[in-house]
Order: sequence, then C-alpha cells, then structure tokens
Amino acid sequence: MAATAALKPPLAELDVEAPIRAFAIATIFWGIVGFLVGVVIATQLAFPLLNLDLEWTTFGRLRPLHTSAVIFAFGGNALLCTSLYVVQRTCRARLFGGEEMGWFLFWGYNFFIVAAALGYVLGVTQGKEYAEPEWYVDLWLTVVWVAYLVAFGGTLVKRQEPHIYVANWFFLAFIITVAMLHIVNNLALPVGGGIGKSYGLASGVQDAMIQWWYGHNAVGFFLTAGFLGMMYYFIPKQADRPVYSYRLSIVHFWALIFLYIWAGPHHLHYTALPDWAQTLGMVFSIMLWMPSWGGMINGLMTLSGAWDKLRTDAGLRFSVTAVGFYAMSTFEGPVMSIRAVNSLSHYTDWTIGHVHSGALGWNGFITFGALYWLVPVLWKKQALYSQKLASWHFWIATLGIVLYITAMWVSGIMQGLMWRAYDELGFLQYSFVETVAAMHPYYVIRMLGGLLYLSGALIMAYNLYKTVTAVEDRAPAAIPLGALPVAAE
Amino acid sequence: MDMARLHEILSTVWVLWFVLLFAGILAWVLRPGSREAARQHAEIPFRDHVN
Repeated sequence: MAATAALKPPLAELDVEAPIRAFAIATIFWGIVGFLVGVVIATQLAFPLLNLDLEWTTFGRLRPLHTSAVIFAFGGNALLCTSLYVVQRTCRARLFGGEEMGWFLFWGYNFFIVAAALGYVLGVTQGKEYAEPEWYVDLWLTVVWVAYLVAFGGTLVKRQEPHIYVANWFFLAFIITVAMLHIVNNLALPVGGGIGKSYGLASGVQDAMIQWWYGHNAVGFFLTAGFLGMMYYFIPKQADRPVYSYRLSIVHFWALIFLYIWAGPHHLHYTALPDWAQTLGMVFSIMLWMPSWGGMINGLMTLSGAWDKLRTDAGLRFSVTAVGFYAMSTFEGPVMSIRAVNSLSHYTDWTIGHVHSGALGWNGFITFGALYWLVPVLWKKQALYSQKLASWHFWIATLGIVLYITAMWVSGIMQGLMWRAYDELGFLQYSFVETVAAMHPYYVIRMLGGLLYLSGALIMAYNLYKTVTAVEDRAPAAIPLGALPVAAE
Repeated sequence: MDMARLHEILSTVWVLWFVLLFAGILAWVLRPGSREAARQHAEIPFRDHVN
C-alpha cells in the first residue's frame, strides 16, 4: 500500500537518535567508572595503605578523577543525551547539524573526558577544584561546547512548535552559563615546559572568588539547571500527565537564574574576601530556598492523581525520590552557607555529605529515572527488561545514600566540634590526628554506602543491557486515521 | 563625579532594575490571561511526532 510509506516522515526529517544512544551508553559506562573510583578513594581514606605508595594512585590524583568522572563524564553525558533528545522532541525538529553534529559532540566530549582523566593520573593539573584540566584540554572543551550551543540553539531556531518548552530553557541556561564560567575561570598563561604548565591570570583573593563563582555555579547550572531540564521533561512523560503548574515552572526558572549566580562567596567565609561579599553570598544562598522549593513542589505535584504509578514503575520512583533529595540538599545548602553554621561545617565531612546527598540522590537518581524510561524508547523496545531488578537497584542505592550521608553528618559535625574544643587552660583539646582516628568508623560506613550505590548501578547496567538485547521490539507506532496524509484531489 | 561614586550609584540602580525586572516577569507570568496558554504549553511533551 502506498499509504504505509507515508506513515513515517521522510528519512531526513527523523530525529537524530544514534549519537543519543551512544551518549546513553557512555552515561552508564562513566557512571560505573566514577562510582568505582569513588569507592576506591573512600577505601583509601579508611585504609591509607591502599594508596599503594605509587604517585599515580594516591588520593590526591584519584580524587579529581572521581569528581570529574561523576560530574563531567557521567553527568555531562547524561545532560548531552537528554538535552539533545528533549530539544528535538519538544521542538518537533531534527537536531541542527544532523547526525554528524551528534557524533562530533559525542566523540569530542568523550575525548575531553579521557584527556582530562589522563592528566589527573599523570599529575598534570592547574589545581583548581572541578576545573583541574590544563589549558590545552580547556581549549578543546571550549570548541566542543560552542558546537553544543550551536546544535542546541540551531534546533530551537528551526522548531515547528511555536513555544519553547520550559525544559529547554533550563538546558539552554546550563549550556550558556557553563560556557561563560569555563572560559573566565580558565583564563591562564601557558608557560611551556613539556607538560602544559600554565599560570592563572588572576591571583590572590580575586582568583579565589573567580574560582568559587565558577565552582558554585557549576553546581547551580551544571548539576541543578541542566538536571531540572531533565525533571521537567521526564517526570511528566513517566507519570503521563503534564507538569503540575507550567507558570510555576517559569517562576522557578527566573528565580533560579536571578539568584544562583551570586551565591559563590559562601565558599569563602572567614577568608580574605571582604565581609560584604561574604554576606552577599550568604543572603543569596538563603534566597535560593524559593526556587528550590518551588521546583520541588512542581515536580512532586505532577504526580498528583498518579501516585499509584510509584508502585509499578521503579523508574518513576527514582525520578520522584530525586526531587525529594533535590529539596533536601537545597534546604541543607543554604543552612550551611550561614556564616555561623559554616564556621562549624566548613572543611569538614559535613560538606562531603551535603554534596553527596545532592549528587547521589538528586543527580544520580534523576539520571537513572530518565535512563529507565529512555533506553526502551531509544532502542524501540516494548518495555524495560525487569521492573524487579530496577526496584532492587532503587532500594540498594537508597540504602547506600542513607549510609553515606548519615555517616558524613556524624563524622563532619564531630570533626568540627573536635577542632574547636578547648581545654580549661585554653589549649586545643585534640590534635589533628586524633580527629582523623575518630573518623575511621564513619569512613568505613561511607565506603559501604558507596559500595551499595555502585552495586545498584551494576544491576541497572545489566537490566538495560538485557532491555536492548532480550526484549521484543515495539510495534510501529499506531497513527490515528485523521493524521494520515490524504492524496490531493 | 569620580568612579567610586559612580560605581556606588550604578550598583544600586542595578539592584533596583533587577528587582523591577523580576517583578515584571512575575506579573506577566501570573497574569490571569496566561492560564490557558500555560495549560497548552504544559502539553508540549505529549505532542510527539513519529520517529
């Protein structure tokens, strides 16, 4: 029948999907690598012998490997994967630049990851937290990122849908802001010497402020805005109902954009940074409660009338729990940014626990939720291979997070209190090594938590692999009769 | 007027301008007439094409 040929749009009009499938695979792969390195360095903190006395495997070199693997490799591939998928679906337009653009972004971005990781292990670093790669890697990432902006923006420009859906606002804010942060924080003067050594353009307190303007907005725009883009598309799709309040989502967006960029100075309390700047950072951090809770309400209330789906859909359970962790960690963050609280929490494990409730609970879970929905869709499968395994993943990972963050709360607050304890003569009551010894049991608990989280991810990898290889293909989508093209008369 | 004074004035004006801008966005988004448009925009993820 001639009509069957018309069921699908011509090939050139189809969404670009192959590179997006590659991004999904890379997300799973780097997630497991990143969690594994996390478990290794957690074990090293409990048992320092595991540094192996080799320069390449010391904590100092593996730690940036872990942070970059989970944030930029796992999180970054997840963001590229979902943003490129969402922008095409919600704009009803093919990716600007087509397959070639998708593949360039995939190989270009993952080449950046490998180049950065090699540098860390071999000791090539500019020593800026979360911005460790040297100038030659930074320049390459800039090229890839500009291409990403062109691909994403170009797709928005040629959209069929008149309105730009709010998830794309978050993705676009993420792409633009990360470009700005990356370029400004990495301005440096290469000095040669064979290993790409360079010196940063700024120095002293200005350098510190630029670094934490970068660092905190990497949290705000990479780990928050980008992943909120995921939330605003995948939770409605999983729950099969539109977002609770579209108007609230726009207020959420602008409140986040107006406030987040000023919060960086809370990383520099009680330093050489002027007091007014510290207070400014603290005040804006507190105000961030507004978008944070607005977004949380919007995500959770989308489920109203569909809460029963949580029992049957483990993927949705991940997404919804992620929103819960988003609410919790973005409540905790502003509390910790208050100077008086910060005087206790700063430089302790409390900070590490806070970061991980956000990273494991919010970023990890929202990504897992998206993957459980997206992998069957991208590979055109009928369903997920096993809801039961996904459910196991959910409970194992949740238990892992609980162990992790409770251990770090106890350890961090204990550490802070021990550092500031004086005896009756006014001397410090504890030596530093006594605090380290006191933390040992909590480091072991944290390691177990990480091990559970890693095990959950391995179960997910198996489940998704079986989804692709063992589940039957989906029947071609049925099209309502009215939508069929009719020959001109 | 020296640069320091100018900076002082401009930073105050900047805060005021941002507050007004944000208030304007709130008023625009929450105005009564936007309800129906917002409801339709929320449906965008469900207006899929075949792939």
